[in-house]
Amino acid sequence: MSVSHASPDASGAAPHLLPEPVLEPITSDTRRRARLPRWLRRTSGPVLLLALWQLLSSVGVLQADVLASPGTIAQVGGGLVADGSLPEAMGVSLQRVAVGLLCGALVGTLLALASGLFRIGEDLVDASVQMLRTVPFVGLIPLFIIWFGIGETPKVAIITMGVTFPLYLNVYAGIRGVDAQLIEAGESLGLSRWGLVRHVILPAALPGAMTGLRYSLGIAWLALVFAEQVNSDAGIGFLMVQARDFLRTDVIVVCLVVYAFLGLLADFIVRTLERLLLQWRPTFTGQ
Amino acid sequence: MATDVHRPVKARTPDRPTASPDTVVRVEGLTREFDGNAVVDGLQLNVRAGEFVALLGRSGCGKSTLLRILAGLDREIGGTVLVPRRRAVAFQAPRLMPWKRVWRNVLLGLPGRPGREVAEQALEEVGLTERSDAWPKTLSGGEAQRASLARALVREPDLLLLDEPFGALDALTRIKAQQLVDELWQRRGCAVLLVTHDVEEALLLADRVLVMDEGRIAYESQVDLPRPRDIGDPRFAELRARLLDRLGVEAPLPAYAGA
Repeated sequence: MSVSHASPDASGAAPHLLPEPVLEPITSDTRRRARLPRWLRRTSGPVLLLALWQLLSSVGVLQADVLASPGTIAQVGGGLVADGSLPEAMGVSLQRVAVGLLCGALVGTLLALASGLFRIGEDLVDASVQMLRTVPFVGLIPLFIIWFGIGETPKVAIITMGVTFPLYLNVYAGIRGVDAQLIEAGESLGLSRWGLVRHVILPAALPGAMTGLRYSLGIAWLALVFAEQVNSDAGIGFLMVQARDFLRTDVIVVCLVVYAFLGLLADFIVRTLERLLLQWRPTFTGQ
Repeated sequence: MATDVHRPVKARTPDRPTASPDTVVRVEGLTREFDGNAVVDGLQLNVRAGEFVALLGRSGCGKSTLLRILAGLDREIGGTVLVPRRRAVAFQAPRLMPWKRVWRNVLLGLPGRPGREVAEQALEEVGLTERSDAWPKTLSGGEAQRASLARALVREPDLLLLDEPFGALDALTRIKAQQLVDELWQRRGCAVLLVTHDVEEALLLADRVLVMDEGRIAYESQVDLPRPRDIGDPRFAELRARLLDRLGVEAPLPAYAGA
């Protein structure tokens, strides 16, 4: 290696030849962040999108029979709320999601605990779950209708199917990802097997479980749309099928908007849960 | 107070621990193999109640393995090991549960349902009362290590196992932490086994220094210097040189002279 660095002596009066250093202030982080409230920044994206849509409709690029303008949709939505059909449909749909989510969360978490905590559970459960989870749950609708008829059961069953697997995978991965050093520390403190599960393994698996919950919620709405468009006589999906038969794009869009808002609400709930339950986490939170 | 080992440990005499003949650790013919390679090989060790023992050794000599065995974390062993049931470990990394506030970390694993005041008392001993409600992620290295120490002390151990607890601390914090351990030991009078690679630290704190090599105690020496000890003491320097020699470091020679 013969990279030659000029020695201070060789370069003579080098310090005088260097340009003046340029100084820059380090601005306070908190002040910069406080300028715009967080919720305002988060809503600005959707609001801009809505404004663009209204603009395109007003100019005539978007025709009313293809896609109604936001203003029209708001009117139609108001009407649907006023005559009680939308609140009733939402109530039915929400109930289905809630029951399906509860069942799926219960099944998914229990299976993940069984295969995460015990090697025998892993041997018994994991292979079957990995196999079943690749079966598209939408493809099970005909089978579920034959099994459970056309009442509430097949719809809840579909949602349960969709919710179970993402939760299983993430809780299982969370349990298996626990730092062995912390387990050892717990053992050295004299924690029992159940104490280890309760105080070390489950809290450590919680971030993974939250990710699983996010996936599950998304899939729950998706499963709801599928389930409600087949043999339904109530719910948002039924409202959409009816609107399709009468070529009411505005009603369809109202239903889609309702889905979107329910999705947003679900995300808000998970975010709040994460803020409350994961405040201990020493991880990167974004800049 | 009684250990649940083999016989009761009677009155503790922290000032003159050598006066008590009672043993809290008895190890005979201990062997631990990793893939047929004996890391601990026929080791003998006795620790008296209230005695402060430092265990020195080169990296990889098996000293941490020995500590893990005494802590009950490694049980694939041969030979006899008797340790008190009430024992506690402070690891090199504090290993606090990040999802529990400091005081809950201190109480973790205690039998029954101890109240917060129990934790507060232990935290007061290590001077961490004001951080009792903090999340572990907000603690400095020294604070986290003190919290870990409080967690060990709160179970009133008859044997305190310290695995290079000051290794990750900066020089100034380390001096304070060493003083703290010295104080706590004087006050509590429990036996301490300190695993370290720092000869001066061992000589500052311990009643007896062991050097581990090739899976057994290769050398041991009583440290009969008066406390508090002074690094400048010529007897200290002599002991230090002797131990360094035992560890295969020739102290007085220029540091980079060897191959």
